[in-house]
Amino acid sequence: MQAHPAGEHAAQVAIAHGGSGMPTALVGMLLFIASEVMFFAGLFATYFNARATSPGEWGPPAGAHELDLPLAAVLTAILVASSFTMQFGVWAIRRGDIGKLRLWTAITLGLGVLFLSGQLYDYSVLGFGIGDGVFGTVFYTLTGFHGAHVFGGAVGLTIVLARAWRGQFSARNHVAVEAVSMYWHFVDVVWIGVFSVIYLLR
Amino acid sequence: MATTTLEPRTVAYRRSWVLDWLTTVDHKKIGVLYIVNSFMFFFAAGILALVIRSELAVPGLQFVDESTYNQAFTMHGTIMLFLFIIPALSGFANYIVPLMLGAPDMAFPRINALSFWLLPLGGGLIFSGYLFGGAAAEGWTGYAPLTSSQYSEGVGTDLWIIGLTLVGVASILGAVNFIATIFKMRAPGMTLFRMPIFVWTVLVTAVLILLATPVLAAGLIALFIDRNYGGSFFDPSVGGNPVLWQHIFWFFGHPEVYIVILPAMGVVSEILPVFSRKPLFGYKAFVFATIAIGLLSWSVWAHHMFTTGSVFLPFFSFMTALIAIPTGIKMFNWLATLWRGKLMLTTPMLFALGFISMFLIGGISGVMLASPPIDFHLQDTYFVVAHLHYVFFGGSVFGVFAATYYWFPKMTGRKLNEPLGKVHFWIHFIGFNLAFFPMHQLGLSGMPRRVADYSPDAGWTILNVASTIGAFMIAVSVIPLLINVVATFINGEPAGNDPWEGNTLEWATTSPPPPYNFDSLPPIHSERPLFFLTHGHGHAAARPEDLEEDPGDDVERRDGLV
Repeated sequence: MQAHPAGEHAAQVAIAHGGSGMPTALVGMLLFIASEVMFFAGLFATYFNARATSPGEWGPPAGAHELDLPLAAVLTAILVASSFTMQFGVWAIRRGDIGKLRLWTAITLGLGVLFLSGQLYDYSVLGFGIGDGVFGTVFYTLTGFHGAHVFGGAVGLTIVLARAWRGQFSARNHVAVEAVSMYWHFVDVVWIGVFSVIYLLR
Repeated sequence: MATTTLEPRTVAYRRSWVLDWLTTVDHKKIGVLYIVNSFMFFFAAGILALVIRSELAVPGLQFVDESTYNQAFTMHGTIMLFLFIIPALSGFANYIVPLMLGAPDMAFPRINALSFWLLPLGGGLIFSGYLFGGAAAEGWTGYAPLTSSQYSEGVGTDLWIIGLTLVGVASILGAVNFIATIFKMRAPGMTLFRMPIFVWTVLVTAVLILLATPVLAAGLIALFIDRNYGGSFFDPSVGGNPVLWQHIFWFFGHPEVYIVILPAMGVVSEILPVFSRKPLFGYKAFVFATIAIGLLSWSVWAHHMFTTGSVFLPFFSFMTALIAIPTGIKMFNWLATLWRGKLMLTTPMLFALGFISMFLIGGISGVMLASPPIDFHLQDTYFVVAHLHYVFFGGSVFGVFAATYYWFPKMTGRKLNEPLGKVHFWIHFIGFNLAFFPMHQLGLSGMPRRVADYSPDAGWTILNVASTIGAFMIAVSVIPLLINVVATFINGEPAGNDPWEGNTLEWATTSPPPPYNFDSLPPIHSERPLFFLTHGHGHAAARPEDLEEDPGDDVERRDGLV
């Protein structure tokens, strides 16, 4: 992680000492992400425990559709791509290019919304619910809480986009962009875990 | 340190006293809010304890029915742990840690305010079960399948889940704030190994909160889904697993034990050196012991689950016994600090000494319970109740009271009355032992916990009467504290900046400190910057041989480890 001149400056004004290294706001975001990692670790633990202890074949309840692997793979590609577009936006504002930041943030937000729409569509055609056996419970809890985090990230992106539109970021002052991008990358990484565990490790 | 005078000076705009406290983002006011809020929950949960002890004094059901009794012990445990001990210690940390670091505030003042205000909201929701057909009644551990909608109808358990989740979010945000503050807000010269021990214990505690509490949140959410949306995480009839709840709960719950005790250890480690007129013996050993306890706490959770038959006994027994090593190191830190010190038996010192002796008993009974053969015999008996109260009450709550008497002068500018404080301590100390020591014997002779009644033929009556008398003595001991606080506000002895001749930076500013904390900071060359400011190097020595050491090497000289 490289030092951010903008954050350093703000820290020095605010606390007059100790403002070297990573901006305090990013430290806070990283710590928050650490707690989120443990939250998902707890949910993954419920998934593995259910898979290990439930009798019979592991998967959707009898009579329901199989999981739609191609759709999930497309959604995975969309979310991974959105991590790249997010990072292009961060690199743009580090150069001071706020126009490119707006463009890449808007694309990232669009990809995030596309992912959520695809997930909701998937839910609507799966044919089983959260109450249909332990697979249904862990499937909807894990993907649902991930989706809620994507939604939270999309709210953050919307705020970044609105602030970028008002010209509030510069090469020196864009700690909110860095923080939201960290969170977005985290949400992306969690999805790779969810996708691998639920769809690939059958 | 250079200071800047603002010209023209900023003018505070006028607002009411109430609005000022409701909207404050000052870490000191938030700290006071934490402490006051915690003590209100302490009194509420204490009344529930009296209900429990009254019912248990003699065989038969005299005061409450079984359902009310179950609610009482569930609310007592939940509130005491999540809304008294943890927030009270967080409150002191909120007030003191930025001062000890020489910082003007916490890293995220507004998040700090949010962390606090979630507490009365969460606690109120947990308690509000009483208004909607009965509070949660499954015990503070909420074991499945007792918590399923089949066995716990009504919204009490749902309110317990929601309230605990909010309190958990508050803890997590607070932990983020503490860690960021400790890593980003230290004054010049305040290296990590010059931080006061209390700050170290808060740091390790915050890391445990940050990583353990989200796991509980995941479990609570899973439970909520089971109860309200037809989920089956913990329902074995459709593939779920009730033991999963115990894994999740105790994966959080055992680090939680250290979350509760480590800051109290920090408080004691600040108080003992000040009233022994010596530096803490083995500062670095204490720091590494604290870190070791934090690390080991992740590998011991299943010692709560020996009798489930689904955990590997030797591993968890061994890891649990290992924790006795860093804890034992701390015991020797404390004893060696006292050794040949010039002891001053003030009220905070008495509570600190009470902590050491009572926590020692709780620690030893903990090592006993870590042994599976003993645990199989004592699981869910009053021996466990005795053990956990010696740790939580004899340990953490003694720490909370020690902190109250020690830092009250800093927070208010007035010293609490010493004779009244000693009356508080002795009634409290005797009442505590009378209430909880007999429980060891009750447990050994087989009395189960979480029962409202027992047979008159069991031979448990005398010890239960003694325990109930002790519980009421603890309640009575709070009266001198309340009188003391009120009397001190009316006509207390002014404390001055540094009433105890302290070691750490909070005593370098006024009592109470200004909103920005410090006009100037003394040079920081050790973990006792204030001591060296007021006494210089020559008078720092408790032993003549200390004088012969190189005074320039002040970082390492204090503990003889080099």
